[in-house]
Amino acid sequence: MMLMTFVRAVLVGLLLAAAPAAALAAQPPAQEGFVPVDQLPGAEELPAAPLVAAAYAVAWAAVLIYLFSIWKRLGAVEREIADVARRIEGRGSR
Amino acid sequence: MKRLFPVLLILCIGMFAYAPFLIVNAPYESTMGLVQKIFYFHVAAAMTMFVAAFTCGIASAVFLFGRRPGADRVGFAAAEITVLLGLIVLISGPLWARKAWGVWWQWDARLTSTLVMWLVFQAYLLLRRFGGPGSDKLSAAVAIFGAALVPFVYWSVNMWRTVHPTTSVVPTLDASMRGPLFWCFGAFLCLFLLLLAARTELQERRARLDDLYLALEDS
Repeated sequence: MMLMTFVRAVLVGLLLAAAPAAALAAQPPAQEGFVPVDQLPGAEELPAAPLVAAAYAVAWAAVLIYLFSIWKRLGAVEREIADVARRIEGRGSR
Repeated sequence: MKRLFPVLLILCIGMFAYAPFLIVNAPYESTMGLVQKIFYFHVAAAMTMFVAAFTCGIASAVFLFGRRPGADRVGFAAAEITVLLGLIVLISGPLWARKAWGVWWQWDARLTSTLVMWLVFQAYLLLRRFGGPGSDKLSAAVAIFGAALVPFVYWSVNMWRTVHPTTSVVPTLDASMRGPLFWCFGAFLCLFLLLLAARTELQERRARLDDLYLALEDS
């Protein structure tokens, strides 16, 4: 149990540390000196549809995963409540 | 709230089901085209994130100064939802930026302050999980600071030069785009209330479980 908690803490820590690092890595490299205009790369043609689909998919996935986690946690607490209530009843009937 | 839950659930499902039709039928923005459609979920999630952060801050202040455990449960629930909505904002934003600005991320005032605010609410959750006894009060103080960041995040685009659009975009929005945006905002607000009710219920059951453990020790 302690090991799992430690592993989770390390994972969360790594995730938090990785967020700014990933964002920093996403920055385009700084331009060193002047670049003649005829040496510029061609205009980037990035399709928009996958980006729009990804944005909406991420939103839905995040909400659904969160809903599932609430449902799982509610179930676990309910089972524990029933178990403790049974133990109290057992002691009371002795 | 429990009586309102089924009504909110039906309303939320209905609003989210109809939202894609409104978004698809909204006109294309002149310079960004299709990718601007991310706006309807990105901005609606951001506005709801602010509502969630304020809810967390106010509930935490009520808990700290009014000693009401019920307010702490609402604050804890709202903090988790702030992190969830922040995640949606912080992922959908870069996906839009990649096409609109040519980069995934810019360390400008709006993006950086949003990330910092999100990390503050992450800190709240980490404190609750690993802080031990008394972490409820410590995290409540963190939540007040987190909520205090909301005006800075909102006004950052007007106070500093940023690549992110300013706050004038939404008030001056064309009616054909304003309708879908506020529809999505309404849907996200319903979702926020639903998640808040469900998550607060979980905290209440955990409090009941703690009481039962105390009763078990006494018996």
